[in-house]
Amino acid sequence: MAKILIHGKEYEVADGQNLLQACLTLGFDIPYFCWHPAMHSAGACRQCAVKVFRDENDTRGRIIMSCVTPVAEGMRVSIDDAEAKAFRENVVEWLMSNHPHDCPVCDEGGECHLQDMTQMTGHVYRRFRFKKRTYRNQYLGPLINHEMNRCIQCYRCVRFYKGYAGGNDLDAFASRNRVYFGRSEDGALESPFSGNLVEVCPTGVFTDKTFRAHFTRKWDLQTAPSVCVHCGVGCNTIPGERYGELRRIRNRYNGEVNGYFLCDRGRFGYEFVNSPMRLKKAVIKNGEGGQAVSKEEALKLIARMIGMGGKVMAIGSPRASVETNFALRELSGAEDFYSGFSRQEAALVSLVVEVMANGPASSPSLKEVRGADAVLVLGEDATNTAPVLALALRQAAKNGPLKAAMQLGIPYWDDMAIKTATQGKKGPFYSAAPYATALDDVSVKTFYGPPEEIARFGMAIARELNGSLPQVEGLDDETASLAREAAAALLAAERPLVVSGTGSGSEAVIQAAANIAWALCGVNRQAFLSLVMPECSTLGAALIDSRGLDKAAEAAASGGFDTLVVAENDIFMRMEREDAKDFLDSFSNVIVIDHIITDTVKAAHVALPGAAFAESTGTLVSFEGRAQRFFQVYAPEDERQAAWRWLNDMTDAAGVKRLRWEILDDVTAAAASAISALGKLTQAAPSAAFRIAGQKIARQTHRRSGRTAVRAEEIYEPKPPDDMDAPFTFSMEGFQGQPPSPLVPRFWSPGWNSVQSITKYQESVGGPMRSGDPGVRLIEPKVVAAPFFRAAPIPFKARKYGWLLVPMHRIFGSEELSLLSAPLAGLTARPFVGLSKEDAERLEAEEGEEIIVRSGGKELSLPATIVRGLVQGVAALPHLPGISIVTLPAWGVLARAKRKAA
Amino acid sequence: MSILDAIWRMFLHAFRERVTVQYPDERPVLPPRYRGRIILSRDPDGQERCVACYLCAAACPPDCISLQADEDGDGRRYPAFFRINFSRCIFCGYCEEACPTYAIQLTPDYEMSEFKRPSLVYEKKDLLISGTGKYPGYWYYKVAGVALKGKDKGEGAEEEAPVDVRSLMP
Ligand code: SF4
Ligand code: SF4
Ligand code: SF4
Ligand code: SF4
Ligand code: FES
Repeated sequence: MAKILIHGKEYEVADGQNLLQACLTLGFDIPYFCWHPAMHSAGACRQCAVKVFRDENDTRGRIIMSCVTPVAEGMRVSIDDAEAKAFRENVVEWLMSNHPHDCPVCDEGGECHLQDMTQMTGHVYRRFRFKKRTYRNQYLGPLINHEMNRCIQCYRCVRFYKGYAGGNDLDAFASRNRVYFGRSEDGALESPFSGNLVEVCPTGVFTDKTFRAHFTRKWDLQTAPSVCVHCGVGCNTIPGERYGELRRIRNRYNGEVNGYFLCDRGRFGYEFVNSPMRLKKAVIKNGEGGQAVSKEEALKLIARMIGMGGKVMAIGSPRASVETNFALRELSGAEDFYSGFSRQEAALVSLVVEVMANGPASSPSLKEVRGADAVLVLGEDATNTAPVLALALRQAAKNGPLKAAMQLGIPYWDDMAIKTATQGKKGPFYSAAPYATALDDVSVKTFYGPPEEIARFGMAIARELNGSLPQVEGLDDETASLAREAAAALLAAERPLVVSGTGSGSEAVIQAAANIAWALCGVNRQAFLSLVMPECSTLGAALIDSRGLDKAAEAAASGGFDTLVVAENDIFMRMEREDAKDFLDSFSNVIVIDHIITDTVKAAHVALPGAAFAESTGTLVSFEGRAQRFFQVYAPEDERQAAWRWLNDMTDAAGVKRLRWEILDDVTAAAASAISALGKLTQAAPSAAFRIAGQKIARQTHRRSGRTAVRAEEIYEPKPPDDMDAPFTFSMEGFQGQPPSPLVPRFWSPGWNSVQSITKYQESVGGPMRSGDPGVRLIEPKVVAAPFFRAAPIPFKARKYGWLLVPMHRIFGSEELSLLSAPLAGLTARPFVGLSKEDAERLEAEEGEEIIVRSGGKELSLPATIVRGLVQGVAALPHLPGISIVTLPAWGVLARAKRKAA
Repeated sequence: MSILDAIWRMFLHAFRERVTVQYPDERPVLPPRYRGRIILSRDPDGQERCVACYLCAAACPPDCISLQADEDGDGRRYPAFFRINFSRCIFCGYCEEACPTYAIQLTPDYEMSEFKRPSLVYEKKDLLISGTGKYPGYWYYKVAGVALKGKDKGEGAEEEAPVDVRSLMP
């Protein structure tokens, strides 16, 4: 700690930071542009000027840039000094001299950092009497809008896009006052993190194009804290609603998870909520078609179905809330509840749960991932299966060189100096993957091979770390030496991290990753093991039950069941089509609750409209093991409601086994007491009874407009709906200040209308939220002897007439819900089969040529694409709709489709 | 005594000048800036002036303005719907003050009584007039930096031609 004097008053600040951070943490307002709490200081904008004085006799002082000045013991600072103020006002005036008169048509307006900073400095009148510089805009794809005239040349965009997210198609061009931020030519931005430009850019240059299509000002959005449902990372989000429609997603800072950033799947996937594929009414099957019926009619029919006392089987879902899965389990009894995993998923997920629950390695938060000083990624294409984890891994890759630079005396926040010192070097970062991945550019070295070989490579590393583990026979010299190199790097680190997961489809890979992390735990208590799971609550579902649908089908075939209840699961995606059909046919009644229309919904006797994430409250468990509550954002006008509530209503109507729950907290509490692994579930967020000064928290801002006009036809404006499940109101009435962190519905502070107001919600700038970061960890490592996996993985043998087909995940297209988001649909890849260059030559196939893929009795015709990194004898099949071979890796045969006669 | 005094005063009032106007036979002359019925005006070229910025709605104390922004094929912002609930409006004029385009204006018309309250809910078709209203010359898009069909970058008021990013000139 250092003592500094601001305006003559003494303050304690943490050492090693810059003065801007320190002052913001203390609650002072200093305007800034180029400094960003995650990307630190560039010293480019000159906006953060303050005055420092040499000693008590110094009355003149000198103006310095606070963002590039380290705090020092006894420093005397003045923010309010007249000269410093005038300086800051002048800087904004210069920045504004070319700024267009755009605020009314600028989507940033009302949450614009430039507006805020201009207000803060007091600049009000444009004295510049000359013409304004103009730029042409670029087409940047369906997600991001470009309006270059509004740029203030702060360089944040490229520092994020290139420096932080590793993109390489956005840059600064030209010189002097022509500097331009864009691509070398028009075209969609390639980085899967491009959406963050919207929040990083302090002006309206980069704005959200999907939001523009139904634009609303920030002050009119109804918001609540939420959690992303598009993968297992569990990034925290702020969805915004207006006029009954979900309008956008913004990042919600959680220091332990996503920090300041989201991926594009999470930011733009929300449009599925507005898609025509939503199920909005109860539907009863009659003949081939369906008939929309009222809630009462549907429940009456269901009462007849389950009221007879026949046996009920329930199928949950890894994309459903813990509460919904638990309610299903209560309905059917634990024995007849299945979480709805495919056979393969069930095997992989059970293994992951076993590793997490019984091993000594800790599952890291993303903050711990960002802080890791050596990384090994084993077989997981994180950029496509857990995007924000990949973004965190990119930061970890910088830690080695960063440490070296800091030893030269450069502070970590001096971004430009760090960049010069590190010269793009990357830290100890090793990876193994079946094909070239986006993280290869930060890897020191990458091992390519099919899952079996990746597992053997991993086992070889584990053996290097722990001599008692079995020797891996028959590795070539290159692989063996790479294994030695990676093992040495992990061993030398203080906080080594091993990343793997279900993405490769191989249990052996997960076992190898566990062995490595556990072996490290033997010599180093701080080893982390991060195991990726695909969906937003895969772990939540697995902790309730991890048997697969194959087991459910076996039980159903042995008879005795009358009714099947499925919630939020499309079983046609997890079983072979025929098997799924047979399975459904073995029940006299099939009841399905979902919020989208799936093949399973179409096959149901009764389909009930569930609520999407923004329409209900519940708890999800990320693959870190973090339980996080998402809150309902708006009340839909029709009969959509959370699946657990439908189940409650069903048993009420039928008069059997009443679930007897009034509100969500009842379900959460019941789940926490019934399942020991979920014991801490209730601590994910304060309960619905939580009040501040006797008030619930307002979902609407104090400046919400149109309250008396929106429903004007009705004469008497109806009372806003009550929310029994959450401590929030659907109104502007309620608490408007800072609630505890899991309940923060939006970031706003007087004078800080933009996302930069996050600073005001943090304990220290860039640190945890006040009252701690949201969520509760359910699984902690055990202090036990590691239960090593000792079976040696079988080596891969290329076949003469066959290919090993490995799964390939795509950020857009491999996830069920975001696939229904219209803006992302355009970015989804067409199905293809990925081949190595050698194999393409062997088949005499050219890029784009149709290839017939036969596997497991199925046949597909797909265009060939050369995929870097694939070894001979291995082909990649993307996880995209239209590719119906469910279980990969699998063996298959490839052949050229006959060419049509020319 | 005081009663007699009051009667006397009332009697004197009978000879004072009348302030009551015999409305509707007689109509008062109101200044042009009187705050009465609200209208939406048009640009000099006849296009809708409102750019759907939501500022009037935010400024409105009884929250009686609601609208939704949309964009036409030419790149112009306009309100897809624009509604004022005059049964709530207090004619404070804050919307006019907030409007950056002079689109929304209060007029001296006050004859808005209705028998049914829903008739006081004015939609865009009821609000939009055919002229520029009180501000004849103002044309927001001429001074804004965004390009529209028919107005390229650099063609706005006081604008340089767009920068040549590929120029190597110092
Ligand atoms: S960037 Fe900010 S200041 Fe500039 S036009 Fe947009 S809202 Fe206005
Ligand atoms: S585009 Fe935005 S982030 Fe990039 S330099 Fe300009 S103002 Fe800064
Ligand atoms: S990484 Fe996953 S949880 Fe995070 S924003 Fe992307 S899809 Fe959502
Ligand atoms: S303030 Fe003016 S331009 Fe903006 S929405 Fe209202 S009427 Fe339209
Ligand atoms: S914030 Fe300090 S120079 Fe830009």
